[in-house]
Amino acid sequence: MAQIKIEALDKSFGSFHAVKSASFTVEHGQFLCLLGPSGCGKTTTLRMIAGLELPTAGTIRLDGEDVTMNRASARDIALVFQLFALYPHMNVRRNIGFPLKCEGIGAAERDRRVVEAACILRISHLLDRSVSGLAGGDRQRVALGRAIVRKPKCFLMDEPLGALDTEMREAMIHELRALHDRLGATTVYVTHDQLEAMAMADRIAVMNNGVVEQVASPRDIYDRPASLFVADFIGSPPMNLLPFRGGLQTGAQAIRLGERDVAIPAAREAMAESELVLGVRPEHVRFTDRGMVRGEVYGTEYLGTTQIVTVTTHYGALKARSPSSRSFRTGETVGLDFRPDTLSIFDKASGRAIRTALHEGGARG
Amino acid sequence: MTSATTAHSVVEPSATTRRFAGSLVVLYAIITMIPLVWIMLTAFKSPDDAISYPPKVMFKPSLEGFCNLFTTRSRQTPEFIRSLGPPQGLCDSIARSRNMVVAGPSNYVPRFVNSLIIAFGSTVLAVALGTLSAYGFSRFRVPLKDDLLFFILSTRMMPPIAVAIPIYLMYRTVGLSDTRLGMILLYTSVNVSLAVWLLKGFIDEIPREYEEAAMIDGYTRFQAFVKVVLPQATTGIAATAIFCLIFAWNEYAFAVLLTSGNAQTAPPFIPIIIGEGGQDWPAVAAGTTLFLVPIVVFTVLLRKHLLRGITFGAVRK
Repeated sequence: MAQIKIEALDKSFGSFHAVKSASFTVEHGQFLCLLGPSGCGKTTTLRMIAGLELPTAGTIRLDGEDVTMNRASARDIALVFQLFALYPHMNVRRNIGFPLKCEGIGAAERDRRVVEAACILRISHLLDRSVSGLAGGDRQRVALGRAIVRKPKCFLMDEPLGALDTEMREAMIHELRALHDRLGATTVYVTHDQLEAMAMADRIAVMNNGVVEQVASPRDIYDRPASLFVADFIGSPPMNLLPFRGGLQTGAQAIRLGERDVAIPAAREAMAESELVLGVRPEHVRFTDRGMVRGEVYGTEYLGTTQIVTVTTHYGALKARSPSSRSFRTGETVGLDFRPDTLSIFDKASGRAIRTALHEGGARG
Repeated sequence: MTSATTAHSVVEPSATTRRFAGSLVVLYAIITMIPLVWIMLTAFKSPDDAISYPPKVMFKPSLEGFCNLFTTRSRQTPEFIRSLGPPQGLCDSIARSRNMVVAGPSNYVPRFVNSLIIAFGSTVLAVALGTLSAYGFSRFRVPLKDDLLFFILSTRMMPPIAVAIPIYLMYRTVGLSDTRLGMILLYTSVNVSLAVWLLKGFIDEIPREYEEAAMIDGYTRFQAFVKVVLPQATTGIAATAIFCLIFAWNEYAFAVLLTSGNAQTAPPFIPIIIGEGGQDWPAVAAGTTLFLVPIVVFTVLLRKHLLRGITFGAVRK
């Protein structure tokens, strides 16, 4: 398996700048998700790694070897497409064996490896079926079979679960991750679904407008978003963002929000007086009568063990996660408080997160 | 009968509508078949029956038309005919009953072969060129793509015969007059625009992912085209081939103008089969009947693809 190193990758289609100076590294055996809204450049990035698009600038290294301008066929990479791209004029066996045929592998050896791949994916009983009659999940497995049969350096997947129904998707998430672990493969996986990314990835690269906003573990992405976009994109409901004006000294432990001081993780850089944004996850909002923010309950969404309470405040609508045992009346006035050690602060102009004690040390307990 | 109480679908046609539509189609089919059937009947008539008035629907079948189509004959005195040995085969005996002897084969077979070579040759060429350029237009960022496609289409905007004189002069100068190659090139150039447009539609419908998957699996683009795109475009290729073949097979005006002795095709040859004292209608009809056979065979062979191909865009899963 291989390490994939992307350096300052750029891609323009005419005047449209699809990918802007993307850089990240996928280590041996790592599962990296490229996550972002549609049109953010994640698929273009993947296609450049695959060799289906040539970058405008930048380099792609596979195990240290510069493959930037190599043809797709010369890269030894497997790609699973969103719509699976199973050849309708071939049956399952020939579909899976198709990449081997190209390498000039003899029929006996080819069949042995097709059967082996089919065993791993538990589709041995389907080998002689036509692909057009297969159910979504089985098509997905055949597409995976075609990818793994060649034992490539790495796997690329372009929203492979996008075409499946929810139930199948849940099952395939676990199956894909298990397959990845079993093969020890390096995998780059494109998705717009944060739940998929959170559930599967070792590391997530969040992209927006062609820019890689943050590359980190799912936990870091969630707890320590590097930018306003990541904070807003990740999490359901997303992070609450409260705009305020103020400055920060290095070491400051609080910010001035309206009339009150709000405790924050100690700042590790200074910030001149400017427009800032305070970010707080819904589960870090506490209901307390002595709260620093007051508001009116607008409505609740019941989610089983928890509920999402929307509160209209001076800073706009805030969403709080609360145990569903507690009941709220619409129109009720409540006080809100934030857990200080979890708060993020962003510079509104650049969208960048300001370094605080939050970014130090390992994962929070 | 219980229509008032029976639930029926709003979108499905009712049984009455279906029967009515069915009989209309059958009626139309019968009307279009009449000239064809008449030609086939005429092919088996004797020359007298063929021109009798009122026209004969019932008649004694004869193979004289086919004999006259394939042979040339010369009139002889009865004494000379009597001096010959027994007749050589059926056609000879028919000829002798009319005081003639078979002098040799007619030009029908070589003309028919010319038609086969020219029509199939130009079809293969037009479809091959059309498939490649349709693929190029469909998959690559071709500069001025829309203008080029419009230009290709615009070659169909006038009747081809409008440029007959320039082509005639051109062909005479470059030595393509009355050659099979010349006719193949001419029909190809007329058909290739149709082929490009038809096939581009079909190839657009084939998702790019198929080739991309093949290229990632280690194939070159051309291999991917051959192994993945072509098999899925068969429907479109078959439909296009039939359209091209029918045009090249039936083309008359250019064939009259540009061919004579060497490369003449069957369409200009058939109507000039002269019998004694006028048109030999049974021979003309026999020539026409046989002329239909290759198209019918080709269409029947490809009918499975054709039916899906003409209702465009049926490629997607």
